[in-house]
Amino acid sequence: MEESELRAVVVATLKTIAPEVEEGDLRPDRPLRNQVDLDSMDWLNFLIGLHEKLKVDIPEADYARLVTLGDVLDYLKAKLK
Amino acid sequence: MIEFKLPSLGADMDEGKLLEWKVSPGDTVKKGQVVAIVDTSKAAVDVEIWSEGTVFELLIEAGETIPVGTVMATLLEAGESPLAPPAGRGVGGEGVSAGRRRISPAARKHAEELGVDIESVVGTGPEGAVTLADVEQAAVKVSPARTAPAPDKTLDRAAEMRKAIAAAMSRSKREIPHYYLSEPVPMHRATDWLAKTNEGRPITSRLLMAVVQLKAVALALKKFPEMNGFFRDGAFQPATAAHIGVAISLRQGGLIAPAIHDVSEKTLEQLMLDLTDLVKRARAGSLRSSEMSDPTITVTNLGEQGVAAVYGVIYPPQVALVGFGRIVEQPWVENGALSAMPAVTASLAADHRVSDGHRGALFLAELRDLLQQPENL
Repeated sequence: MEESELRAVVVATLKTIAPEVEEGDLRPDRPLRNQVDLDSMDWLNFLIGLHEKLKVDIPEADYARLVTLGDVLDYLKAKLK
Repeated sequence: MIEFKLPSLGADMDEGKLLEWKVSPGDTVKKGQVVAIVDTSKAAVDVEIWSEGTVFELLIEAGETIPVGTVMATLLEAGESPLAPPAGRGVGGEGVSAGRRRISPAARKHAEELGVDIESVVGTGPEGAVTLADVEQAAVKVSPARTAPAPDKTLDRAAEMRKAIAAAMSRSKREIPHYYLSEPVPMHRATDWLAKTNEGRPITSRLLMAVVQLKAVALALKKFPEMNGFFRDGAFQPATAAHIGVAISLRQGGLIAPAIHDVSEKTLEQLMLDLTDLVKRARAGSLRSSEMSDPTITVTNLGEQGVAAVYGVIYPPQVALVGFGRIVEQPWVENGALSAMPAVTASLAADHRVSDGHRGALFLAELRDLLQQPENL
């Protein structure tokens, strides 16, 4: 999967949780949960959405590594290899 | 004859607009069935009925705004004959209150669509009832210019919700003598237990700490019934079950605290399903009337937003609110030894007319102890 395609999937999934998100406003290097105001239920639903769309397994132990949008993209890229 | 009234939808909801009937005259209804959808400032609420019978007459039309307590429909009890209605009622057919003009719901609806003033239509049906045909007849006379488009229904929900919250919270602070307590609760056992439990689970069946906390609150309430119930008409009415209102912030602003029912009787897995469903429906603006009116206590978790502690405002007529802050590692001294401990500040805002700080303190201690044995929740 191309990086741009992956990014589109991630942003689309984010928008199902937070419809008000504007892609252009997302900074890839800033903590995602602060930028988008995701509580733990939103966060879980976001990851479930990614799991369902991309068929990747995301153990809870890995949550701590998924801080920024960039982290999420890097993590998924590695998983999808 | 059973009168079905618009139920209370919470302290900050004193009226609602009927959007749609889900039943028609002649339908039989069961307890808990959704019979109507009513719009409030917070959500479109599926209104449930808590009696059984056969729908006799729908008294309110879609589009009408009515205060809580208004009789919306009448129902016949099992075995009751529609031909022998109580005095003051019309006989048979659609039935009608004394003095009320007979207009069939279909005719009224059609008149609205066509821009016809229903009150000016001459009825030719039985007892002068206005029928669909009468409305169509009258519509022919209405010039196209008078056929007004549907009125602008755009409701500024955010502003309405702010008003509703303002009213309920002002009432709370005016009427309820709050007292506040807080207690640091060690969470190492709960966080470890949760991590282990979730480790073996697919992401779709993992639990959140929120449900662990909800269950602990519900179990603590069993020993402290004075925190669970309503203060009404100058007296406390304890609740028999823990229906916990969960404060859910809405993305467009505002908040809502609908109930998860019978929390103490449910497994953590069931609570997780219920919470997921409730949050989803609250944000989509689709809740049930019992969820709006039933909460016997509220739990708020502002730790998600990063605050250390929250001291809540009680949602009347409830008598207590439990708050959780953020779970954060902090220096902890126990038996003379210093360690880094994940801990949360649990707080209680309670109604001093019903309980005292002493009992409140014991309640928080019970909550703390329950959270030290997560495997038993």
